[in-house]
Amino acid sequence: MPRTISPTAVVSTVSSDAHTWNLIFLELLLTETGYRVHNVGACVPDELLIETCRTRNPHLLVLSSVNGHGAIDAERLIKRLRTVPELAALPTAVGGKLGTDGESGLSTRRRRLTRAGFTAVFEGAAAVARFQTFARGVRDSVQGSQP
Amino acid sequence: MTTATQQDFGGVVRRARARGEIVVQPRMGFSDPALMRSGLAAVAALKAATAGTITVDSYTRLGDYAALRSALDAGENLNGYPLVTAGEQTTRKITQGLADDGFQIQVRHGSPAPLDIVRAMTDAGLCATEGGPLSYCLPYSRLPAAESVENWRRTCELLAALHGPDTVPHLETFGGCLMGQLCPPELLIAVSILEGIFFRQHGLRSVSLSYTQQTHHAQDREALTALRTLAGEYLADIDWHIVLYTYMGVFPATADGARRLRRQAARLAVEGHADRLIVKTGAEAHRIPTVAENTTALLDAADDLTAAAGNPLPGNDDGIHTVLHDARTLIEATLELSRDVGAALTGALRRGYLDVPFCLHPDNPGRAVSRIDRTGRLTWLSVGAMPLRPGPGPAALTSTELLADLAHVANHFDGLEPRSPLPHQPHLDSGRNSQ
Repeated sequence: MPRTISPTAVVSTVSSDAHTWNLIFLELLLTETGYRVHNVGACVPDELLIETCRTRNPHLLVLSSVNGHGAIDAERLIKRLRTVPELAALPTAVGGKLGTDGESGLSTRRRRLTRAGFTAVFEGAAAVARFQTFARGVRDSVQGSQP
Repeated sequence: MTTATQQDFGGVVRRARARGEIVVQPRMGFSDPALMRSGLAAVAALKAATAGTITVDSYTRLGDYAALRSALDAGENLNGYPLVTAGEQTTRKITQGLADDGFQIQVRHGSPAPLDIVRAMTDAGLCATEGGPLSYCLPYSRLPAAESVENWRRTCELLAALHGPDTVPHLETFGGCLMGQLCPPELLIAVSILEGIFFRQHGLRSVSLSYTQQTHHAQDREALTALRTLAGEYLADIDWHIVLYTYMGVFPATADGARRLRRQAARLAVEGHADRLIVKTGAEAHRIPTVAENTTALLDAADDLTAAAGNPLPGNDDGIHTVLHDARTLIEATLELSRDVGAALTGALRRGYLDVPFCLHPDNPGRAVSRIDRTGRLTWLSVGAMPLRPGPGPAALTSTELLADLAHVANHFDGLEPRSPLPHQPHLDSGRNSQ
């Protein structure tokens, strides 16, 4: 039997957000999905997150923010991250409560964040279940591509 | 207008205690100085023992004054009072004539680098605030703990230098709250006491020790008793009092459930002999509460305190010996590391003697894991390197169990099953708005 390698994930929030219970939850969820997880924690500056991704070279980056201002920070971050050649194709998810206008701004935000470089955006109803499906998909493609 | 108003936050609480009253206090903070003034005046005018609060906004907490100015220029309301940029005269105007021997004002912030804030408040004649080298560093920031210790040493010295015949600077530790929920009490008590000792070592003569209501009434009551016992031992030569925070996690969704949880907090304050109660409004999980919502919540809390005092319920503190013993063990293990309490605190983090569960700060050891047991008490799954009895480990908490624990109190007071299945929308954004 060929041994499957664990996929790796970096979990983080954006620079202005000090909430961490969401990050703890995502770490546990991804661990249960089969990932080895590095959790960067609260108030992560753009430079630190980009450097962490360069050195750890994860299969998946997950950004979560719940303070209502996350969309602004996340858009700036992903534009910078995508200019780094080795991170240009890194599967990157963002989710939580990303704006102060709740459901009403949701589809605009999703379009805008996807255009800026995110692979997937998870907000609103059933966000956690949709994210789990996404994370399983990334895991399966990583393991499917193992020699 | 008063000229030489006495500034003595601890004295107000002491006098209320002598009258048999517990001081109630909001978390109030407004961007607009006029509104801040009217809020403070409304709290001061209530027919209850109250303390006033100026909570600063989150840009000021982070020291990001550029972002603060652009938010104000864009016409945005801040989530608190911009104490540093507001200027001395404005802050003097909003507090003028309010403080007396029955009412004092405390500045609340949440910063691991509080020097700007403390300079601004003392310039404006205010000398009561809160925080601590670990409790305002580990939960909300990435600042190295050693830098936070240095910042808080200078903060203490700045406050202590104001001590005089009419001025008794006061500092409250946030050590009894930390992440706001899911922390076994012995660690909260230990950090509260250790930060109190740190404050005293750097010159404070009046402090308060905090503790937050958690998941189990009897466990919380034992914790308050243990905190009081240890404060009497370690801080006997200075003025101290105990402040209880109403539950800081996800609040019950029903009005009845929320009301019952607040009543339980008041009962806990009475039975645990707390001197001051930080009150939570129904609105603050969703938005900044109005002045009226704050004053209503304070009067309700004062009524609840009176009712609980008039209707004592039987209870026993069987667990007191364990929590007292374990808290003392953590305190002693830390103090043995250095005569400099700040160095002892950072040393204890390095060795894992203090390890805050669910805290992602780079300097937190991150090996301890806690859980709510079958009886509703908080307990350790793993103690990491803390000198406590080992938990059943290896710790394996699932994401579903974490969500159940975070929702435990809300579900209990809403009358739902304590272990409900995975909710559709997990509440993961609570437990932060704690200053």
